[in-house]
Amino acid sequence: MTTSPFPILIIVVPLISAFFIPIIGWWRRGLCYPLVIVALSISVLSSIFILHMVVEQGTIHYYLGNWDPPWGIEYVIDHLNAFVAIIVSVISLIIAISSRRSVERELPEKIVYFYCLFLLQVTGLLGIVVTGDMFNLYVFLEIASLAGYALIAIGEDGAPFASFNYMIYGTIGACFYLLGVGYLYVTTGSLNMADLSKILPDLYHSKVVLMAFAFFIVGVGLKMALFPMHVWLPDAYTYAPSAVSALVAPLMTKVGAYVMIRIIFTVFGPNFSMELIPATTILCWVAAMAILFGCILALGQTDLKRMLAYVLIAEVGYIALGVGLANKAGLTGAILHILNDALMMACLFLVVGAIMYKGGLRNIHQFKCLHRKMPITMAAFTVAALSVIGIPPTCGFFSKWYLVLGAIDANRWLFVAILLIGSLISAILFFRVIENIYFEPADYAHNGGEHGEIAIDEAPLSMLIPILITTAGILLLGILSGKIVSIIIQFAVPAGL
Amino acid sequence: MELILSKYNYWIYIVLMMIGFYAMIGKRNLVKKLVGMNIFQTAIILYFISTGAKRGATIPIVEHGHGEAMQAIHAAHYANPLPHVLMLTTIVVMVSTFGVALALIIMIYRRYRTLEEDEILELRK
Amino acid sequence: MEVVSSTRPLLAISVSVLAALFILLTGERRRNLRELWTILASLAKFSIVASMIPIVLAGKIIECTIIDLSPGIALQFRVDAFGIFFGTLASALWIATSIFSIGYMRGLNARAQTRYFFCFAFALNGALGVAFAGNLLTLFIFYEILTISTFPLVAHRETPEAIMGGRKYLAYLLTGAALVFFSMGLTYHLTGTLDFVGGGFLQGQGPSNILRLLFVTFILGFGTKAALIPIHEWLPTAMVAPTPVSALLHAVAVVKAGVFCVLRVVLYVFGPQLLSDLNLWLILAYFASFTIIVSGMLALAQDNLKRRLAFSTINNLAIIIMGAALLSPSAIIGGIFHIAGHGFMKITLFFVAGAIYVKTQKENVSELDGIGRAMPITMGSFAIGAMGIAGTPPVVGFISKWYLCLGSLEAKEIVFLFVLLTSVLLDIAYFFPIIYNSFFNRPQGRVNSGFDEASMLMVIPLTVCAIISVILGIAPDAFFHFFGIATLAAKNILGIC
Repeated sequence: MTTSPFPILIIVVPLISAFFIPIIGWWRRGLCYPLVIVALSISVLSSIFILHMVVEQGTIHYYLGNWDPPWGIEYVIDHLNAFVAIIVSVISLIIAISSRRSVERELPEKIVYFYCLFLLQVTGLLGIVVTGDMFNLYVFLEIASLAGYALIAIGEDGAPFASFNYMIYGTIGACFYLLGVGYLYVTTGSLNMADLSKILPDLYHSKVVLMAFAFFIVGVGLKMALFPMHVWLPDAYTYAPSAVSALVAPLMTKVGAYVMIRIIFTVFGPNFSMELIPATTILCWVAAMAILFGCILALGQTDLKRMLAYVLIAEVGYIALGVGLANKAGLTGAILHILNDALMMACLFLVVGAIMYKGGLRNIHQFKCLHRKMPITMAAFTVAALSVIGIPPTCGFFSKWYLVLGAIDANRWLFVAILLIGSLISAILFFRVIENIYFEPADYAHNGGEHGEIAIDEAPLSMLIPILITTAGILLLGILSGKIVSIIIQFAVPAGL
Repeated sequence: MELILSKYNYWIYIVLMMIGFYAMIGKRNLVKKLVGMNIFQTAIILYFISTGAKRGATIPIVEHGHGEAMQAIHAAHYANPLPHVLMLTTIVVMVSTFGVALALIIMIYRRYRTLEEDEILELRK
Repeated sequence: MEVVSSTRPLLAISVSVLAALFILLTGERRRNLRELWTILASLAKFSIVASMIPIVLAGKIIECTIIDLSPGIALQFRVDAFGIFFGTLASALWIATSIFSIGYMRGLNARAQTRYFFCFAFALNGALGVAFAGNLLTLFIFYEILTISTFPLVAHRETPEAIMGGRKYLAYLLTGAALVFFSMGLTYHLTGTLDFVGGGFLQGQGPSNILRLLFVTFILGFGTKAALIPIHEWLPTAMVAPTPVSALLHAVAVVKAGVFCVLRVVLYVFGPQLLSDLNLWLILAYFASFTIIVSGMLALAQDNLKRRLAFSTINNLAIIIMGAALLSPSAIIGGIFHIAGHGFMKITLFFVAGAIYVKTQKENVSELDGIGRAMPITMGSFAIGAMGIAGTPPVVGFISKWYLCLGSLEAKEIVFLFVLLTSVLLDIAYFFPIIYNSFFNRPQGRVNSGFDEASMLMVIPLTVCAIISVILGIAPDAFFHFFGIATLAAKNILGIC
């Protein structure tokens, strides 16, 4: 039990700010943006503080309202939570900074509502991450999802319908999760994760526990868009406003992946899903299919945003594969990939936002000569693309390194092959775009000449700086990944593996 | 038969849930989908509530009178309050989901002038 | 073996990264300043590398550990004899190539020159990183940097043909890299380390069948870059690149990096002992011999001068690999020394091809009749290079071939002696007609009998390279101590200190 207020500050600050925003926005619309930045900065600072405390002192317990667990709600922060919390808060701050101009242009009428929902979404995501209570997690899951449905629906033409579809699937997922909670509660009488993990090993052979596990996996799978439960994702993320897809795409699926890791390894314990039922094996196969299908379907897209949505499905597959391998290297890869993929996707979607802001372009065949118009943005795109492909020294390589090691350690050669094939297909995918950006058709160059008339026309600084931060993150975290693993992730991986 | 009768509350919730699930997936009309979603969620609420019920139990309010502090409390005499409390929260979530969904349906209707899924898909091409 | 820790390897590598940034910032408008960066960086790089030669010759190893990348693997540079050998070669030839590039690119008035010089500097960073890498992971990082930064150079002309060449290049090399990635993971799985050890570290670390598989995937992976037949197809296609690219990258940096990696794997990962235990050396030697003979014959059939040179390169790369595969002291010395010897000779030949192209726009062997009268210096250098490749004394090619022949006798495998002699005959068959025709045939069509050389910026580098290859043939230890270093490397590998 800790008395430090930081675990709750992470959530409460954005939550309260979300309520203040409509009031303040009614008075002065221009104050919404600074308030969001301040609220999220406090979240970032507290999550940095918490990470520091966790690294120094180990797991932190915070009892909400001073009720002792398992009766009251407990916030437990160990290395895994702290790590994911910092990813969520930092990425959402970056996205918030960049959102200013694109929101002003795309949704001039709805700035106040946008930022209110934005903060609610972040609150939900952070809540999922810090809570140690199964039902509390459900509530935060729904807060995040509901804010997400609304945010997506304010997008372009097809958005409401895409959002409705998303909502149908999302509600099924949430309800399945809730049923899982119910089944566990019926058998154990507890909702506290730590408590459950103590009680459950005696009940491993109960059919009800098995059903609960199945409901959890399907429910979370729907939320994190694990193949074949991904059908809602491409439409929803394509039609959403660019600031929204930049927020939802990197974080929502990653937080889903976090929940999956939490349930499989903390609540049920690794033995349950590895030895009693072949759940992890099934998960591996599903993940392998996700990687292949995501990449191959992405090949068929010409709309960059939609292509990235399919790439995201494949990336979720990578994380799920690491979880399914259920050994030290594999899980390290999965957790590291949560960070790396969040960064890569944030960078890519920010770039898409910048391109759309500057020219309304989204079809990759319209990108000819874009490197002259937006050299910095395109350089960032290239770095992020290389990271998705897994070229060292970008960070994407290092998570793949652990994943491949995990697959080899588990003696699953087929998955090694699938990991590598996935990388190769994404190479085709991204070099197709890069070629379009950098190479100019011969006639074009002859007419334009060396100093063609295309002048540099970059996105405004408020969009450019977040892009540069994420790009620098992709490069630096690659080199620093050894440190991240040795300081944080190795403690986040359950000791038994 | 014994199995069905003794656990009839579970069977009812499963039947209800399946009806809702079918409507969400199988129906082409968006409002019908929404109704299905509501049935689906209500089924889960019923399930939770029924788990908290006990035959012959009373409401979980423990009275503390003078001199009765030492009196033992028998859990079997009281209905389990926790599922009910959880469901209050779930109902809030459900209602807000419902509200968002209705708002979405209004937006969809304004845009396409129809709520049939196949017609919308046709229009979006 | 004494280990000196120093930041010089890091400096040597980062010099060209800095140069690349400066080049990018300077841009097209101040091209003289931009070219100055290239020249300065190449000189600085060479002097840093050269300053390490005496230390290495004294039997010491220079080490520079930067950061842990993964448990047990650091981003580490370790300059041993073999590394400094390749590093010296690449950085010395970069000076010549930068001067030549400036003449070539300006002579053709090529476009996107900033990108060209940027990528070139970056590629050198990759090549030097490969040379100095202390373990497989570091090597792989720079190997990939080299691959990616060369892609824009191959596709530089941006014609459909060039872009196809670039795609093919990427397809082959990334597939190869995926195989290397897998092999690296497997090696780490088996041994828990990736640090190079002279004489190998895989001995007794796994079942022999797994080790055989590992060897095959390693050789296929790195073999794509070393252009072993039948995975060589990208190299002739990549000849659409500007000639300085073909010269430095496809004669020295890229393909030699491939060969260097193959040798690293053969001699520093597997080691002679393990290879002879598993009988793998014979297989590799036969594989290389097959490449030697077939590529020699294919070279005969090429009319495009650069394609003919490309096949000759494939031929010589395989000779180097064969030298290492024979595992006898002389063969290893010969093989390693041939990396340098062939580098100087082949770069001369490519420079000649470039000079001819800039001056006359001729690319085909059949058009070169009588060109020696107009460009005597150029064609004279060509004659020296070609003779050297064919192993004629006193050019440097003689020495390496002599040692290789000795080596095959030491290994008691007479077959490979015949392979070497056949390849010499083939060399003569495909090079001497060019020399003869250019000097003694009458020029076709338009007769320009007068002295008409290309720009001095091109003629000087190619002459210097030709002269150096003669000097190295007479005094193999001149300037760079190549021979001494090669001997030292062979001693380290075979454990005769």
